[in-house]
Amino acid sequence: MSDPRNDVLGVGLLGEGLHHPGEPPAGIRRVPTGVDGLTTEHLIINMGPQHPSTHGVLRMLIEVDGEEVIAAEASVGYLHRGIEKLAEHRRYNAIGTLMDRGDYVSGIHGETALALAAERLGEIEVPRKAQWIRVLLAELNRIASHLVWYGTFGLDMGGMGQFLYAMRDREALLDILEAITGQRMMFNYVRPGGVIADLPAGIAEKIRVFTDTFDAYLDEHDALLGGNEIVHDRVKGIGVIDREKALAFGLTGANLRAAGVDFDVRRARPYDAYAEMDFEVPLGTTGDAWDRYQVRMGEMRQANRIIRQCIDGMPEGDHTAKVSRVLRLPEGEVYASVESSRGETGIHLVSDGGDTPYRMHYRAPSLFALQALEDVLPGHLIADVVMIIGSTDIMLGETDR
Amino acid sequence: MSPVLAASLRVLIAVGLMMANGVMMIYMLRKVLGHLHLRYGPLHVGWHGLLQTPLDVVKLLTKEDVTPRAVDRWLFRLAPLAVFVPSLMAYAALPFGPGWSIVSLDTGLLYTFAVLSLVPIGLLMAGWASANKWSLLGGMRAAAQQIAYEVPLLLSVLPVVLIAGTMSLGGIVDAQQGLWLGVLPRWFVLNPLGLVAFALFVVAGLVESNQTPFDMSEAESELVTGFATEYSAMKFGLLFLSEFSNQFILSAIGVTVFFGGWMLPWIPVEWYAEIPVLPAAVFIFKVYIGIFVMMWIRGTYPRVRVDRMMELGWKRLIPAGLALVLLTGFIQKAVM
Repeated sequence: MSDPRNDVLGVGLLGEGLHHPGEPPAGIRRVPTGVDGLTTEHLIINMGPQHPSTHGVLRMLIEVDGEEVIAAEASVGYLHRGIEKLAEHRRYNAIGTLMDRGDYVSGIHGETALALAAERLGEIEVPRKAQWIRVLLAELNRIASHLVWYGTFGLDMGGMGQFLYAMRDREALLDILEAITGQRMMFNYVRPGGVIADLPAGIAEKIRVFTDTFDAYLDEHDALLGGNEIVHDRVKGIGVIDREKALAFGLTGANLRAAGVDFDVRRARPYDAYAEMDFEVPLGTTGDAWDRYQVRMGEMRQANRIIRQCIDGMPEGDHTAKVSRVLRLPEGEVYASVESSRGETGIHLVSDGGDTPYRMHYRAPSLFALQALEDVLPGHLIADVVMIIGSTDIMLGETDR
Repeated sequence: MSPVLAASLRVLIAVGLMMANGVMMIYMLRKVLGHLHLRYGPLHVGWHGLLQTPLDVVKLLTKEDVTPRAVDRWLFRLAPLAVFVPSLMAYAALPFGPGWSIVSLDTGLLYTFAVLSLVPIGLLMAGWASANKWSLLGGMRAAAQQIAYEVPLLLSVLPVVLIAGTMSLGGIVDAQQGLWLGVLPRWFVLNPLGLVAFALFVVAGLVESNQTPFDMSEAESELVTGFATEYSAMKFGLLFLSEFSNQFILSAIGVTVFFGGWMLPWIPVEWYAEIPVLPAAVFIFKVYIGIFVMMWIRGTYPRVRVDRMMELGWKRLIPAGLALVLLTGFIQKAVM
């Protein structure tokens, strides 16, 4: 009890010898306040890395006064696999498997970012059909990823039904993705120069069945969460990341658009066949959790629209350019980014002319959202913390890399 | 039969009932939630997974009972009992049929609520003794919510007590015999005042039995498992069991007070009251309908935020309950 590292309960939870032996970390204040000679202390709680609602292995250190959060510190790295370093020892064709394991819920986007970077540096012309296939897969994957977000957002609120309903639709999507790529999540399908294989026969009909039913299912999902008064009560007005803050923290994707900033990589720097697609970019106004919810729901609708255009207008031709098996890129550096399910996923490649990158940097949008969390969480309740983390849709696979 | 033997037998019946209900309700919960969620629930152990829950009980009984180093050992061991015993005691006064209750009490309703109000003490003990911050928060929430909602829960049944003129659960059932205007059964839920009281009862009852959308103290997505986080094996089993048993008891009180207890609608009581087991079967059937509705809500709704729930209790339900009691008093006086 007398050990200063221990708290009221006599339990040391500051991770003795881990990061901050004895002293609370910066940002976490330990303020004993006295009332009538009684000393009360704020509770410092370790939320994660095994907490059920930190979406993987995020560790949040939160200081609470009762249930109100006074300060929060996010600590990442529990899922660090050294993707950037590993990439330096792999040929360009083999880095895609690493990218799949970055943002593992929407692997196609990571693969595409890498392929775009390599193509730009190597000045490889991608056939039109390959571009369309990439767009098709990116949007299928976007819906699959957003459905996971939708489901876990419901779970965070204690609603189990939403999650399993979302999984029903995601299952249909994963079947389609499996038919095309051979894998459900770790696709390894997009390669510098195109995609690894052509679309299988009869896939268009399969996708059409999905797109025709999905709008109705999406209305159902929206009614389950968005139409519930309890959800309105819990989500509206919490976790506000306004325009200035969102820009200052470098947020991208739905988190930025929820604050009303019209920035979408698919529009701002069109890649693949996005310039030919007709779609809208849903925007929010205030940047609270409710806006983020609305924007993501809207994105799913738009993604479905793009998928329909893709299967209607799929051009004929080759699915890949002629690229040598051992791809050597000229000396130089390049940055390429895509609009992934979570924001701007970018790859900065530095090549020294060899068959592996000299250095690869992976810009993970979730890391930026995570930084904003520390700023946003204080003042909210523990119940809100879970909701806010859920609403920003962070993916620990890509923050930790 | 000696009184000691008779008393032991009654306790045994209560324990048996509680266990049987627990096992049945867990199986039902898994099946109901499963089908609500587009899956099947247990399917492989026994016919349609019927043996799944009994075997889970065996597992809980035989599992290693882990006691973390930092816990307050005495409180930690005592807490599951402090939760379990009151909810076992609450079975005593339930009227399963005409004259069929383990103990017949004139103040059965008061007794049941009094006993249930001991549960939060156990939960708080569990939360504090676990030396886990999530447990502590869960225990605090449990105590806060149960204390806050005991008042509206009691206020919601008071109008019925005023109308029926008795606090005996059997007496309240008897007061619901016959038909209103020869058409509707005289169940209190069909009485306009009773209907409002029932609405209050549903909300307060969901909170008291710690059910979604008010399952604050467990809130697995916020507090890991709340006060039960550090418990394992049968200690956890007891906490779990008493939660299900509280759900059963609240549904049973709801059925007794608002839905005519063991009585069938429209059929004259004399026709079936003497048939053995039938009234009890009707009672348990009605109780399980109530439980099904709770599970239905659980499968569909997300959780309310904790401060909103407390606000609802103190600022809305308690004034509403008081007003309702007052109104019922006036109307009773005017009619009589």
